[in-house]
Amino acid sequence: MSQGRTLTFNIFRYDPQMPDDKPKMVKYQLEEAPGMTVFIALNMLREQQDPSLQFDFVCRAGICGSCAMVINGYPTLACRTLTSKYPKGEITLMPLPGFELIGDLSVNTGKFMRELAERLKLWLHPRNDEADIHRIEAPMDPEEAARLYELERCVECGVCVSACATKQMRDTFVGAVGMMKIARFELDSRDARSVEDFYHVIGNQDGVFGCMTLLGCQDNCPKDLPHMQQIAYLRRKMATALV
Amino acid sequence: MKLIYTDSLVVGAGLAGLRVAIASKERGLDTLVLSLIPAKRSHSAAAQGGMQASLGNTVKGMGDDEDVHFQDTVKGSDWGCDQEVARMFAHCAPKAVRELANWGVPWTRVTKGPRQVVVNAEKVTIEEAEEAHGLINARDFGGTKKWRTCYTADGTGHSLLYAVDNKAISLDIPVHERVEALALIHDGKRCHGVVARCLITGELRAYVAKSTTIATGGYGRIYEVSTNAIICEGIGQALALETGVATLGNMEAVQFHPTAIVPVGILTTEGCRGDGGLLRDKDGHRFMPDYEPEKKELASRDVVSRRMTEHMRKGKGVDSPYGPHLWLDITLLGRKHVETNLREVKEICENFLGIDPAEDWIPVRPTQHYSMGGIRTDAKGQSPQLKGLFSVGEAACWDMHGFNRLGGNSLAETVVGGMIIGKYVADFCEENTLEIDTSLAERFVAQVRDEIDGLVEGQGSESAYELKREMQRIMMDYVGIFRNGPELTKAVEELEALLIRSRNLGLKCKKRHANPELVEALRVKRMLKVALTVACGAEARTESRGAHAREDYPQRNDKEWLNRTLSSWPSSDATRPQLDYEQLDVMKMELPPGYRGYGINNAIAHPDTEKREKQIVEILSNLGEDADRHERQHALMPFEVPESLREKNERLHDKPLGNRQQLGEESK
Repeated sequence: MSQGRTLTFNIFRYDPQMPDDKPKMVKYQLEEAPGMTVFIALNMLREQQDPSLQFDFVCRAGICGSCAMVINGYPTLACRTLTSKYPKGEITLMPLPGFELIGDLSVNTGKFMRELAERLKLWLHPRNDEADIHRIEAPMDPEEAARLYELERCVECGVCVSACATKQMRDTFVGAVGMMKIARFELDSRDARSVEDFYHVIGNQDGVFGCMTLLGCQDNCPKDLPHMQQIAYLRRKMATALV
Repeated sequence: MKLIYTDSLVVGAGLAGLRVAIASKERGLDTLVLSLIPAKRSHSAAAQGGMQASLGNTVKGMGDDEDVHFQDTVKGSDWGCDQEVARMFAHCAPKAVRELANWGVPWTRVTKGPRQVVVNAEKVTIEEAEEAHGLINARDFGGTKKWRTCYTADGTGHSLLYAVDNKAISLDIPVHERVEALALIHDGKRCHGVVARCLITGELRAYVAKSTTIATGGYGRIYEVSTNAIICEGIGQALALETGVATLGNMEAVQFHPTAIVPVGILTTEGCRGDGGLLRDKDGHRFMPDYEPEKKELASRDVVSRRMTEHMRKGKGVDSPYGPHLWLDITLLGRKHVETNLREVKEICENFLGIDPAEDWIPVRPTQHYSMGGIRTDAKGQSPQLKGLFSVGEAACWDMHGFNRLGGNSLAETVVGGMIIGKYVADFCEENTLEIDTSLAERFVAQVRDEIDGLVEGQGSESAYELKREMQRIMMDYVGIFRNGPELTKAVEELEALLIRSRNLGLKCKKRHANPELVEALRVKRMLKVALTVACGAEARTESRGAHAREDYPQRNDKEWLNRTLSSWPSSDATRPQLDYEQLDVMKMELPPGYRGYGINNAIAHPDTEKREKQIVEILSNLGEDADRHERQHALMPFEVPESLREKNERLHDKPLGNRQQLGEESK
């Protein structure tokens, strides 16, 4: 852990609500402290140097997915990025591309995710609507439960979307996050939907057949989710669905 | 002025708020949720370990039921809780777990046959029953007689929040994101909604509703180091307080979690210890058995936190640039267990400490974690002073936690409380009409507008960031794990001075739309009032109960303090809350005050305790031998839940199974 360095931050600044404002990069300097993360640094910059600086954090612990931004060219979670990771002490911060910009480093991933959930109907469609909450629950294969949890660990940070070339070219593409969620429900024995149902949602250029397999999603996912495997799995399912 | 109408307005989109919104929407009510952030990012997501519900599916949970859960909860609360509420809660918890399974939560399930677990630092093999295969599993947590904590690996809050928010989306419940409530609209008797500010555009809106439910979580961020998300700033409590009418309950009851990592205060779940992890000091010595030979690492959170602090005060802490800490050792659980059941913990250790918890010990220290206090409600979740104002989850003092909450009972409270109170909210909306006095709404909007004008255009010189830092330091230094009179007096005086300074806040950034400094300024004024309720309540309460530990008054004093602190804010120019007390009635308790099971039994008894104990014996003997546990319970302390939740919970061990002995039924 380096100590006593002066860090240089190049931060994207733009307030889309100010009619005359133009996007620009602004340089800030800050003394590095042991264990400093980008979360700590941004808060210090705001408190001590520029109170108008906009960015989002909620859990500051890598759990909630609020603080994704592009750090030195890579989209990632800022809260758990240690400044000591950058030997030159130069850190460039940009907002995630592909989302509505609120201001500076803050983007509206929440709005995107809600719309995606509504569009793809990303909730459990139960086979059994009558399940009685007073009776013993229906058993589920323990391995299946564990597999579902593995796929459910997505925090909707938006990194996969911003790291996806297809998404950058075609706004209607559902991205890895949408497909991961579809895969999660497709695997769930409690879900009533069939492969054919899912085909109607993602069996097209906006879904599994639009993916160019460049793997920006998998390479950058902060939760190490197996996007490649799930997209391949869904493709195989979709390709055989209507045969 | 933009006026938005709805039937059921919910402020806060965590588990508790969403669950209430779902209950309203399912009854056909117009429902609207306000949230600072996207719903799925709520602090509920951070709950790792699990949620308590007495399903009793596993060998180690055999014999568990509502009675055992209730008793654990009351003892855990150090008899500070509302026992009727604890009963309502214990009764509905299994229903909530099962409902969540129907909504898609992939609960970790029981695998039949032998499996190895770590209990008291030793590897033992337990055998799960054939019949339990595929049912919902449970792990061990502190302060519980049975393994009762249902979980999905160590991402339980995440799984639950995603399932419940997905359910809300499927019901088409709108969530107005990036909106902050800044005042309640009320006439002194009834709450009519909130004034809220859009955090993107700065627009002020009046949301007018039949019922307003505050579900904004705890107030942990009034402390310098907290496991809470940075949005848990107590603004919901402040809004209720600022009405001058609604009261806050037991604000001094603040829980410290034993194992947050040093220095940043991020939580490692109690599941670490529940699954067999140990606490060690600078010599590598496992010290908890020296203090609590029976429960060891799995004593209640308040007890473990105090023992750790005591041990560090003896010089047994590990020195670090951030002060002393202790070690949490989960290496004995084995890599496979750590990488599957404690995987969030592993990620946190890797990312923030650069260590591998399967190989290395984790530096930990007790850290502010949970707010037992909150907006005082009755058993139906409604403010006794302000009709139409409901509160649920950590924001509320519904009061099933009393002065100490058991691990796994908070996640449970969010969904169980939401399930129960949601129905009462819906009842209220059906029984009451919308009363719209737009001039009243306009008056409250004007007040907030004036406040913002004052901040943006005024000549104030105080910095919101600086005041907040000072408040957080005062709370940390003087209103922490161990408390005493002189320090609490100092805390109150210093906080009071900060509150007066906060009337002179000034902004460098003058924007009226997205302006983080303005947001901070609006909050810090409110947070200071909340901090004062905590400090004043703690100063006045001259006893030790649960998480409230007074060095100068080490005894639990049931004789004088078996009551709930109620704080209200007397007037807008006041600098301290008014404190009143609500007595707990021993003669109505199912479980009269007794020994909690830790350390020496030094409680000062309540005069009614003996009387009530005799009465209970009498009531039970009159019932005769044939009465089952439900009848006995009902005779001692009847409680109400909404009709659709009244049915008894079915359990594996209630069924007439031939091989009950094999199932591991413990002899009692």
